[in-house]
Amino acid sequence: MMPTKADEILLTIPRRAEYVAVARLSVAALAGRMRFSIEDVEDIKLAVAEACTGAISRGASLGENIALKFESNDAGLDVRLVDFAPESDIEELRGVSSDHPRVGALGTYLVLALMDEVRYEPSGSGALDLVMSKRQQLG
Amino acid sequence: MVNNVAEGRGLEMKIAVRSLDDATSVIELNGEIDVYTSPKVKDAVGSLIDSGVYHIVIDLAHVRYIDSTGLGVLIGGLKRVREHGGSVNLVCDNPQIRKIFDITGLVKIFGIFDNEDAAVRALK
Repeated sequence: MMPTKADEILLTIPRRAEYVAVARLSVAALAGRMRFSIEDVEDIKLAVAEACTGAISRGASLGENIALKFESNDAGLDVRLVDFAPESDIEELRGVSSDHPRVGALGTYLVLALMDEVRYEPSGSGALDLVMSKRQQLG
Repeated sequence: MVNNVAEGRGLEMKIAVRSLDDATSVIELNGEIDVYTSPKVKDAVGSLIDSGVYHIVIDLAHVRYIDSTGLGVLIGGLKRVREHGGSVNLVCDNPQIRKIFDITGLVKIFGIFDNEDAAVRALK
């Protein structure tokens, strides 16, 4: 069977604490529409909120807004947070393990623990995009 | 009873502090604890500790959501009261929130109870 084309939703919010709720409620609505389980919806919601919170604290120099790209496809949901952090943060971010939580890195740890796949990609502007995916359980 | 309501742009965190005795209080939280609302929770917990209350139950029964900044506030409060021989117990029966405590390992440092009576009894 040919995979169906992914649906794409773009969301831009001000890089400020009071707008994190907008991002988490938006992705929760999308994940619910995709028929993720209630537990998965909560996981996605928290992971996206943690990513936005991290982008606020790490990316203050990276622009006034946070851009999120949600892509729903047959396999699940991919979320890209554009300009999550400066490229210089890469070693520190890679140093956070999904095995052991560490106070001070709880947000990054939660993203790793709650999503199925997490990676950082250079955005080409001296910053890193955070890309995270949640796969839909079959059956 | 002290009430402190953090409100803005549709977000609301209601905080009520109830004193049980000179050294023991219950903080009831109602709402969502995130990067926007957690400073209000931090202020409430900090004020209580500043006033000499080192045995605290934080009631999360009406908390629908908590993120790492909220967890950080709870950890910070626990560290401060422990310096004075105190303790922090939590009331939480929401499975999704308990899951967050499980996966972060915080179940090992907080006493987490299904109801306030059990949480208060365990402080002593």
